[in-house]
Amino acid sequence: MTETLKPDTADQVLDAIKWAAGEGMPLAVRGQGSKEGFGRVVDVPHCLDLTGLSGIKAYEPSELFMTAMAATPMAEIEAALRQNNQHMAFEPPDLGRLYGGGNAKESGATIGGAIACNLAGPRRIQAGAARDHFLGFNAVSGRGEVFKSGGTVVKNVTGFDLSKLLAGSFGTLAVMTELTFKVMPAAEKTRTVLVLGADDSNAMKAMAAALGSSNEVSAAAHLPIAAAAFSNVSYVSGAGKSVTAVRVEGPGPSVEHRCRALAELLKGYGAIEELHSENSGTLWREIRDVRLLADGDNLIWRLSVPPANGGDVVARLGAEIGGRVFYDWGGGLVWLSMGARPHAGHEIIRAAVAAHGGHATLFRAAADVRAQVPVFEPQSDALRDLSVRVKQAFDPKSVLNPGRMVEGV
Amino acid sequence: MKMPKPDSGVIAKRAQIIKAMQAIVPGEGVITDSNELRAYDHDGLMAYKALPLIVVLPETTEQVSAILKYAVHHNVKIVPRGAGTGLSGGALPLADAITVGLAKFNRILDIDFDNRCVVTQPGVTNLGITQAVEHQGFYYAPDPSSQIACSIGGNIAENSGGVHCLKYGMTTNNVLGIEMVLMSGEVVRIGGKHLDSGGYDLLGVATGSEGLLGVITEVTVRILKKPETARALLIGFPSNEAGGDCVAAIIGAGIIPGGMEMMDKPAIHATEDFVHAGYPLDVQALLIVELDGPKAEVDYLIERVDAIARQAGATYLRISETEEERQVFWSGRKNAFPAVGRISPDYLCMDGTIPRNRLADVLKRVSELSEKYGLRVANVFHAGDGNLHPLILFDANQPGESDNAEKFGADILRYCVEVGGVLTGEHGVGIEKRDLMGEMFTEDDLKQQQRLKCAFDPSQLLNPGKVYPTLHRCAELGRMFVHQGKLPFPNIPRF
Repeated sequence: MTETLKPDTADQVLDAIKWAAGEGMPLAVRGQGSKEGFGRVVDVPHCLDLTGLSGIKAYEPSELFMTAMAATPMAEIEAALRQNNQHMAFEPPDLGRLYGGGNAKESGATIGGAIACNLAGPRRIQAGAARDHFLGFNAVSGRGEVFKSGGTVVKNVTGFDLSKLLAGSFGTLAVMTELTFKVMPAAEKTRTVLVLGADDSNAMKAMAAALGSSNEVSAAAHLPIAAAAFSNVSYVSGAGKSVTAVRVEGPGPSVEHRCRALAELLKGYGAIEELHSENSGTLWREIRDVRLLADGDNLIWRLSVPPANGGDVVARLGAEIGGRVFYDWGGGLVWLSMGARPHAGHEIIRAAVAAHGGHATLFRAAADVRAQVPVFEPQSDALRDLSVRVKQAFDPKSVLNPGRMVEGV
Repeated sequence: MKMPKPDSGVIAKRAQIIKAMQAIVPGEGVITDSNELRAYDHDGLMAYKALPLIVVLPETTEQVSAILKYAVHHNVKIVPRGAGTGLSGGALPLADAITVGLAKFNRILDIDFDNRCVVTQPGVTNLGITQAVEHQGFYYAPDPSSQIACSIGGNIAENSGGVHCLKYGMTTNNVLGIEMVLMSGEVVRIGGKHLDSGGYDLLGVATGSEGLLGVITEVTVRILKKPETARALLIGFPSNEAGGDCVAAIIGAGIIPGGMEMMDKPAIHATEDFVHAGYPLDVQALLIVELDGPKAEVDYLIERVDAIARQAGATYLRISETEEERQVFWSGRKNAFPAVGRISPDYLCMDGTIPRNRLADVLKRVSELSEKYGLRVANVFHAGDGNLHPLILFDANQPGESDNAEKFGADILRYCVEVGGVLTGEHGVGIEKRDLMGEMFTEDDLKQQQRLKCAFDPSQLLNPGKVYPTLHRCAELGRMFVHQGKLPFPNIPRF
């Protein structure tokens, strides 16, 4: 039976972790649990539920930062930002549908979870990931000590950049109680240029051409026909062809100018279409939230590879996949879904990735599969040992989310 | 500034150490002559000098690994060094340490336009990367003012910034991968040409770690296509407040300029006297706002910034109509440091970051302190991101002035922290701000950072005496005081 501790203050978080460290009692650290399916299962008797730590603490639009408690819902943050025409530029994904089996429910994701998983949407190629926008935090280490790092200003090199380390640490090093992150002006206008009918290989070239131009492309994705068919944007699903999408954002006159330039640049790769604000928004949300693969309970892999080699990795996998694939980040992020198979096919997939450099994450699979197969890319011995020492530096008794990233750590 | 006490036992074994290093790095890569060592006795923080035990200039990762292995085995300290342009003393030598210079790691290894990245050795200069790719219209975005000389490895160690980092990010936002040798001699590769590295973000903490975590031997950085065009506005204000308001209004309007720099009256006069950029001399604050991107965008934004500046009470406004004119606008700002160097025998450059809206307040405080210490000050300011560089003018030959200048600088940084800012925005802590770390961090904050250091370098032989004011042994840092027997969380709701 799981006992849940639900602190309402940072002091109570400290008490709980002091107790856990003292007793050697591991805690499963949890926000709203919207990404519980991401990473390995933490099978321990106590859960630290952070939902009591919620609310925006400071928001100064002209200073371009916000400070919020760890379990503040992303929806609340996004609503406050929208009122000031601002956003989190890294486009944090909403994975409610993906982990909810394709149901239409919204996830209830929290800022703590978004940063702890260091995910980023299509604008990653231009604006960076969650870690690039994470300015500072207050936290309690697994040692049961309060510490902070960073600040509220965007330019800061005072001491080690522990914000980077905590972003993407899945709650295994410390429990963040308060987070400060960068916010940016939202673009005045958004448009997407579509290229229809390019095969994977040509699509990689088209995206490289767009990203290598001075048109400040903010997103580039390629949807082979099977994935495009799942879009709710009729121009995309009804194209009957693969769709390569390139997004530009900015002031109106600039967006129009760049769309024209991109249409000219890409016309050799296929027929050109254009999506305006609403359809463009829908398409990029579908890509960001991996909705094009979310249906059913297929295995989902996420491959981070050199952008120009995305197509090569998939070609190498060839018939082995048998599922749906699409590419984000100009080819550098490959999403693929496939039916059940022994060990989730991880050896084949990781061998294909290794040929070009990068890493593969088993992004969605049943809990028992995630217990058997390394969810995150196994590291070299030296790097693994270093990561273990880093874990011990923050959480020597391994009381925070043990095993969430790597078995036994 | 107190540095760790040199280990006389190590100094006594100098000859032995030289021999061992010569076995690892053949040829002329081991420097032992005191005249030659003098070239390495300081970095960009000129006030502090110390001769290293010896300098070793390895050429391969294997050699770096062998040097560090030897050092750990024989308890010898290591100070890594790039081009030695750092402004906070991070590469200051220690009398009992081997300075490991990466200058011979000077080759670019791979230029990959399809993946928009460059793989390079760490001794290549920041500008060298841009020069290697500009024939295709690409560039490397972070542009510290020392870019002609500073090395990319040093940029990563310091997480260097530059005038364009408001829009394009600091070094940390532009690095994709590194190869790094740990103090144990182990070689780790983190990241690569792909966008995010798996596992803990060790690339993120290595960046800006000031040579305390490892020696970087290879770097992958992303490159960008040069903007189609760039134009600048030169805007004068009757007060620092009006200038600060204009900065806030530009950002409030959703505009993130490619660069946004401010100078106060002393800085305007010093630079104008030096480069004759045509700056107005009757304004209190001068703002340079640069917009870059497609021409249609730049022209549109120039008009908007023009309107915002007038609204904010600008009394002087010029817009660059040609590339030459844009360069002239920048010429003063880019020469601000040497310009100040002309009007004062010595100057100290501070580097705090403050919330933008506190600018006028902080400048007022700086001017009060200037009176208190009887030292002049000129302020240049990366206004877009709140990074303030007060230049404190002094004469080191006047008794007591150096100390006074340092105290003045420390007071400014304390005030930066007090208003919600930080000690350093881009120059690093090094030795310069080491003893001020307690102004910003608690003992527990600093100990947790040092525990991370222990995970990378349990021997604590890598660049000791830098960044952290108190050295704790790793065993001591690792000790835990457990709270057994305490009633578990009586106040916490349980379900």
